[in-house]
Amino acid sequence: MEKKLKELLEKYSHTSRDSLIPILQDVHDELGYLSEESLSAIGKHLNVPTSKIYGLATFYNQFRFQPKGKNHIRVCHGSSCHLMGTVTLLEVIEKILKIKPGQTSRDGKFSLEVVSCVGACAQSPVISINGKPYGKLTTERLEQIIEEQSSIEPA
Amino acid sequence: MEKVTADSIKFCVDNIIASPPAEDIKYINDKLSILRRNNISIPIVYLGITSSSIVAGALDVREAIDDYISESDIDIELIEVGSIGLCSLEPIMDIQLPGKCRISFQQVTPDLVQQILDGVLNNFLPPDNILAQYRNPIHQPWASVPFFDELSFFGMQQRHLLANCGFVNNLSIVDAFAFGRYKTFADVLRTHTHDEVCKIVEASGLRGRGGGGYPTGKKWRATLEAAANQKYLICNADESDPGAFMDRMLIESDPHLIIEGVAISAYAIGASKAYIYTRNRYEFTVQRLEEAISQAYDAGLLGYNIMDSGYSLDISIRKGPGAYVCGEETALIQSLEGKRGMPTLKPPFPATKGLHGKPTIVNNIETLANVPLIVANGADWYSNIGSEKSKGTKLFSVSGKVNQVCFVEVPMGTPIAKIVELAGGVKQGRTLKAVQIGGPSGGAITANELNTAIDFEPLKQIGVSMGSGGITIFDDTVCIVDMVKYYMQFIQNESCGKCIPCREGSQRMCAILDNITKRPNNDDQHSTLERFKGVIQLESLAEVMRDTSLCGLGQTAPNPVLSALKKFRDEFEEHIFDRKCQANVCHNLRTYYIDVERCTGCAACAKKCPSNAIIGTPRSPYFVVEEKCIGCGICEEVCKFSAVFYK
Repeated sequence: MEKKLKELLEKYSHTSRDSLIPILQDVHDELGYLSEESLSAIGKHLNVPTSKIYGLATFYNQFRFQPKGKNHIRVCHGSSCHLMGTVTLLEVIEKILKIKPGQTSRDGKFSLEVVSCVGACAQSPVISINGKPYGKLTTERLEQIIEEQSSIEPA
Repeated sequence: MEKVTADSIKFCVDNIIASPPAEDIKYINDKLSILRRNNISIPIVYLGITSSSIVAGALDVREAIDDYISESDIDIELIEVGSIGLCSLEPIMDIQLPGKCRISFQQVTPDLVQQILDGVLNNFLPPDNILAQYRNPIHQPWASVPFFDELSFFGMQQRHLLANCGFVNNLSIVDAFAFGRYKTFADVLRTHTHDEVCKIVEASGLRGRGGGGYPTGKKWRATLEAAANQKYLICNADESDPGAFMDRMLIESDPHLIIEGVAISAYAIGASKAYIYTRNRYEFTVQRLEEAISQAYDAGLLGYNIMDSGYSLDISIRKGPGAYVCGEETALIQSLEGKRGMPTLKPPFPATKGLHGKPTIVNNIETLANVPLIVANGADWYSNIGSEKSKGTKLFSVSGKVNQVCFVEVPMGTPIAKIVELAGGVKQGRTLKAVQIGGPSGGAITANELNTAIDFEPLKQIGVSMGSGGITIFDDTVCIVDMVKYYMQFIQNESCGKCIPCREGSQRMCAILDNITKRPNNDDQHSTLERFKGVIQLESLAEVMRDTSLCGLGQTAPNPVLSALKKFRDEFEEHIFDRKCQANVCHNLRTYYIDVERCTGCAACAKKCPSNAIIGTPRSPYFVVEEKCIGCGICEEVCKFSAVFYK
């Protein structure tokens, strides 16, 4: 992991604070989350206090601070999805997997993220698992999907 | 294929963009007819792929079409297009045979692909899923299939920005050229000064589409006249109102229109660097935009010394990490500088002192998309569209409880009722309760106010603001208090925390709304009084937030609360006094009952009830003590005999 981080940061040599967000995004894409070590490494690289970087990262919705689960669930919480029952879907997910948004389940199989409108209001309520979208979801179908996903071991 | 594209790009640059054209008119027209696919030699299948249709299963349909093409004996071309606006009917697949009109099929599934293609390729129309056909005088129409312009959905709109959406190959710059993109930019570089472009936009009366409605030309003028060695243009494509998706659809369907708009606008203010600030999470949108920008660079329309005009422009995409407040221009600039997206005090306005202290224009993406049309057709043409105070057309996305989720383009000043009609009316014939316009910074419009014109001022008069153009329709199954709570929670999450009225105000409001929609454990007199005071406190808090917040987010945040309180006060009072939610949305206000017939007396519910509200003797039916029930719903979950229900 350290090696990866080093390679990433080398791409951004001779840069100032301007590129802090792109760097964080690259690291986030690579690791799936922002670890403590990566934050301090970025701080050293840019000569910015780690506290400032942490402050910035927590401000934005994109960044998470726990590793992603093998199955990353994104739940759309736009106004249309809210009307069509996102809240119930979230309750179901929270109950089955025992995690809250932003968290990862203990076995590392699932992580949950609530996002604002994904723009597919015609298909609401919408969730996606590892990037694969599911539209017009019902609680029954959701339970089924979660069961399927937890039995498959993704590579 | 690669060679053909390179040749086509060269042809377009030499003959469409350049003046005078290199070849003679007849040759150009023949070639254009091929590029515009009026004259085709093999059948073409078009498939609309956008972030919306992908959720509807467009990628699976693409796979099925690919399979069909590889198995077929004849040559068939598959072309990806954007969306025509009918999101509920996606995935939409079009087929064009040589000499025949292009025909559209709706709600295509992978299983239907073979049947439809088999049929159409043999000149036989399958009975279902036909949407319409495109009118083209030189093509032979299909019998008894309506034309697109005959559908009321298209007949009621004025599509200028959306003219090419869903029709033109959005992956290819050649198609963009063939359908008129970049010609205006080239003309501007050749014949207009910075000042002239500014003047045209000023005269057109274009107003910012992000929600503020500030005259665009006036803003540009300040930057043009500011003396600086570097100026910036920022295109705000960080669309993040819940329920607004039209800007994303516009980018994905016609990315070259956006680039041309950014390029002309940057030229108008004399900026040599432009940023398109979109959102990291909109992967598909970003991908389309990146492709289009690199094509524009390759064609020599961006970069150093564009078309020997002496003007240089770089456009780069910045992927915002996701903060609603970055819709505010000063916050957006902070975010670009690698800081937390917190608004700063104005003045100094970004137009004179913005990104890195240089004059910067921040415009909404829809505003910039209007610019090529204005410059190409003239300010008079533009100012003839729309209402007296607001010119041009506006994009809206309509979602919620409607029959047809869609995005549309209508002239400013169109009555709201027409937009509800465009969306096919309220779902399942239910009655309309309210139209929420402008997302969390807008407000609710009741059924009585549907004749209000969509325009900045008339909407303000009825206490709502236009926002960026997301419209959500509520029917009578929607609880207004719940929706207001939803918007307030959104604001609370997205408030940047810099100024106290917004940070604390949104939290307090959420707490009050929570209190109203929850059933207290022990309903003593104090908490009842607190709840009663809720409405009054909501009103005064809202006014303080509106008057004292630093930026637009905080100032408009109480809008949903204020407009709902004004128009649906009885519903709030019902929640507070009667402890009832008519729409049955607020879980905690439900009272549960046990069906005597079904209850076996297993006592599972009584054991789990957190407030000991369920009593009875084992093996005979239990019942719920209404006064004690907190409406948590655990009993319903644990009951194996579906004996628990609520009213």
